[in-house]
Amino acid sequence: MNIVLRLAWRNIWRQPRRTWLTTGAMVFSNTLLIFMMSLQFGTYDLMINNSLQSFSGHLQVQAPGYKDDSKMRQSVPQVRTLAAKYRQDPVFQNVAARGGAFALASSEDRSYGIQIFGVEPEFEPGVSNVPGLVKQGRYLGDIDATEIVIGAVLARNLRVSIGDELTLLGTGRDGSFAAAIVTLVGIFDSGVADLDRSIAEIPLGLFQETFAMESAGHQVVITTPDLSLVPAAKIEAENLLPTGADLVVHDWDALQPGLRQAIQADLTSAWFMYMLLVILVAFSVMNTQLMSVLERTKEFGIVMSLGLTPGRLGRLVMLETALMGIMGLLLGVLLGTLVTLWLSVTGFAYPGMEEMAANFNLPGRMYPKLSMLTLFGGPAIVFAGTLASALYPALRLQRLQPVEAMRAA
Amino acid sequence: MNQLQILAKLAWRNLWRNHRRTIIMISAVTIGVWAMIFMTALMRGMVNDMLRDGIQVLPGHVQIHHQEFRDDPSINNLIPETEAELQKSFGQEDFVAWASRVKVPAVIMSERESRGITLLGIDPAAEAKISFVIGDIVEGQFLEDSADSGVIIGQKLLEKLDTRLGKRVVLMSQDPDNEIADRGFRIVGVFDSDPDIHEETYVFAGKETIQKMLGIEDRVTEVVFLGDDVRNVEPLFQRVSELADSNLDVKRWYELDAYLGSMVNMMDGFVLVWVIVIFLALSFGLVNTLVMAVFERIREIGLMLALGMKPSSIVGQVIVESLLLLCIGLALGNALAWILVTSLKDGIDISGVAQGMEMMGASSILYPVLNMRDVITANVVVLVLGFLASLSPAWRASRYQPVEAITKV
Repeated sequence: MNIVLRLAWRNIWRQPRRTWLTTGAMVFSNTLLIFMMSLQFGTYDLMINNSLQSFSGHLQVQAPGYKDDSKMRQSVPQVRTLAAKYRQDPVFQNVAARGGAFALASSEDRSYGIQIFGVEPEFEPGVSNVPGLVKQGRYLGDIDATEIVIGAVLARNLRVSIGDELTLLGTGRDGSFAAAIVTLVGIFDSGVADLDRSIAEIPLGLFQETFAMESAGHQVVITTPDLSLVPAAKIEAENLLPTGADLVVHDWDALQPGLRQAIQADLTSAWFMYMLLVILVAFSVMNTQLMSVLERTKEFGIVMSLGLTPGRLGRLVMLETALMGIMGLLLGVLLGTLVTLWLSVTGFAYPGMEEMAANFNLPGRMYPKLSMLTLFGGPAIVFAGTLASALYPALRLQRLQPVEAMRAA
Repeated sequence: MNQLQILAKLAWRNLWRNHRRTIIMISAVTIGVWAMIFMTALMRGMVNDMLRDGIQVLPGHVQIHHQEFRDDPSINNLIPETEAELQKSFGQEDFVAWASRVKVPAVIMSERESRGITLLGIDPAAEAKISFVIGDIVEGQFLEDSADSGVIIGQKLLEKLDTRLGKRVVLMSQDPDNEIADRGFRIVGVFDSDPDIHEETYVFAGKETIQKMLGIEDRVTEVVFLGDDVRNVEPLFQRVSELADSNLDVKRWYELDAYLGSMVNMMDGFVLVWVIVIFLALSFGLVNTLVMAVFERIREIGLMLALGMKPSSIVGQVIVESLLLLCIGLALGNALAWILVTSLKDGIDISGVAQGMEMMGASSILYPVLNMRDVITANVVVLVLGFLASLSPAWRASRYQPVEAITKV
C-alpha cells in the first residue's frame, strides 16, 4: 500500500466518532438523493407516457395554427391518404388520421357539450389507449358506420347504455349546421375524469360526412417506438409532407407544452433542495477537515521541518477527504439502492397524493425507478462538493511556518 | 452572578475560542434555516395563489346543491326551493357574501366555430364580491343586471370562436324536458384570467335571462357562500347547514375541489418534512462540532470537575453553547429569509413555465408568503432537535473522571 494512502487511512481513524459523523452526513444525503431522484424521474416518465398514450401521440401533422385555435377550417386535406403514406415508412410505429369537432350530444333526457373525434377504427388502437379501455360493448368497427364510443362519466351523465341512440349537433367546416344520429356501441373508462367526461369517438368517414369535411381531417397522429426517437422521426415526417402543402409537424413537447414545463418547474425546485443538501454536507466536511488540520498543527510543523513540502501535506488532507467521501458514496449508494428497491416493489404513497396524481394522469401509488443517473448522479455531486470543501483547510496548510507550527499549543 | 449567568458566559467565550469553526457552523445553520423558511414561503405563496384563484373562480367557501347535482350536473337537478324561498332562508343573515346561480353545461356557437362550455347565469350585484370575472374585464363591460341580454366570455374562447366584442353568439343547452334550449346573445364583455384555462371554460350571462331561456322560472342550481377565512370554513358551514333545507347537499370548498383541498393539506405536511430533512443534514455537523469542542477541552473539563463543578453544570455548559450557536444561526437565517421575501414581494415571474404551472393550477407569477406558523415551526424544530442532538456530547463530557481527564495528553 502506498505510504501516503496508508497515512491518510490511519489519520481518518484517529477520531472514529468524528469520521463516522462526517460520513454519516454524506450517507444521509446520498440515500435521500437517490430515493428522491429515482422517484422524480420515474414519475416524469410515467407522466409523459400516460399523457401521450392516452391521446396526443408523439408527433402530429396538422394545419398551421390548429394546435392553438383548433378551428374546423384549419384542416389537413386528404388526411387518410397522407396517413397511409406515413404508414409505409418504417420509422413510424403507428399512424392514424383524426378529425376533431365540438358538438352537443343529446340522449333521450340529457345533453352535454363534448369533443368529438373522427378516428380510423383500424389504426386508432395503435396511437391511443382509449380503444383498449373500452369496458362495455366494443370499439368502433367500420369507418362509415353510424356508431359512437364515449367515456364512462359521460355515459352516466347522459344516462345511456350500449345500444342507445345519441344525437350530435354542431357546426360543419363550412359553417353549416351539422347533425347526426349515432348508436352507442362502446363505453371506455380511462380513470382520467377529464377524458371520460368530455370525449367521444366516431368513425372518420361518418365524421367527414357529418361535419362537411369532405376528405379532410385535422391531425395525423404518429407514435415512435421510443421517446428518444422523436426528433429523428419529426425530421422524417417533415420531409414526407406533400410538396406545397401548408402543413406542420408538432412533437409531443409542442402538443402538450404544459407537460414539459410542469416537469421543468418541479425539477427546478428539486434542484434547489438537492443543492442545499450538498452545501450542508460540504460545510460539515469543511468543519471536520479544518479541525483535523488545526489539531495536527504541531505534527505538521515537525514533518515539514523534516522536509515534507506543504504541497504533499495538502494532498494528504485531500486524500483523507476523498477516502471519507468514497466511504460515504459507497455506503450511501448501498443504502439508497436498498431503500429505493424496496419502495419500487411495495410502492410509495402519502395521504392526499391520489388527488394530486390524478391531475397529472398518474396512479395513486408511485414506484421509484433506479437508473445509472439517479443512482450515481446525486452521490457524485456530493462527492465533488466534499472535495471542494476540503480545499480551504488544505490551502491553509500552504502558509504554515514550520517553526511557529511546532510551538503551537 | 447566579449559576446560569456564569454558564452562559462560559459557553459564549468557549464558542469564540475557535472562531473559524464556529463561523462555519453558524453559516451552515444560517443557510439551512434560510432555505427552510424561504422554500416554505415560496410553496405557501403558490398554494395561496391556487386557493385564491381556485376559490374565486367558483366554489366560494361553501356551496349548496341538489343532492344529485354534483354527480350529475344537469338541469333536472335544480334546487327544489324557489329564489324567493332561498331569499327568505338566507337573506336575513349577515354572510360576507352569497349568491345563487344557474350553472349548466352548454355549447356556444359563433358563425364559424362551436365549443363546449359551462354556462353560468349570475346576478351581477350579488356575484361582485365572489367571483373573479368582474375585476378582470379587459374589453367591454360587465353585465348590468340579471336580466341583461349579453354574455361575458373569456379572451381565449373569443379567439377560438373567431369572433369579437359586439358580435352575436348562440348558446345551446337543454331544458328540463330535454328539449334543446337556445338563444342568441351579444358579447358585451371579455375577461382575462390567470390560469388561462378558465377563459375557455366559463361563459357568464344574466341569471334571469338564462332562467327564461331554460324555462325554469326562478329556480337555480347552486347557492354559494363566502365566509371570513378560507382556512376555517367550519362556522360558515354550520350556519348554512342549519339554515338550508335538510334534503340539500351542503359542501365545503375542499370537498368540492379535492385537488385543491389535498394540496393545502399536503403543504402542511411538506413544511414539516422539509424542515426536518434540512435539520438532519445539519445535525451531523452540529454534533460533530460539539464532540470536537468537548474533546479538545477534556483537560479543562477535568479541572473544573476536580475543582468541584457539578457534572450537571458541565452538561448545561455544552447545551448552552450549542443553543447559542443555533440561536445566532436562526436569527441570521430568519433575517436573510425575511429580507429576500420582502425584496421579492412584487412576485417572481415564472411565465417561462406558465403552462406547467397551469397544470398544477397555479399562476405564472409567484408571490412568496411568510407564514408566521411556518417560521415558528422551523425555529421550534431547530431548537428542540438541536437540544436533543447536543444531549449526547454534553452527557459524555460530564462523565469524565477528573483525574483521568486532567492527565490526558
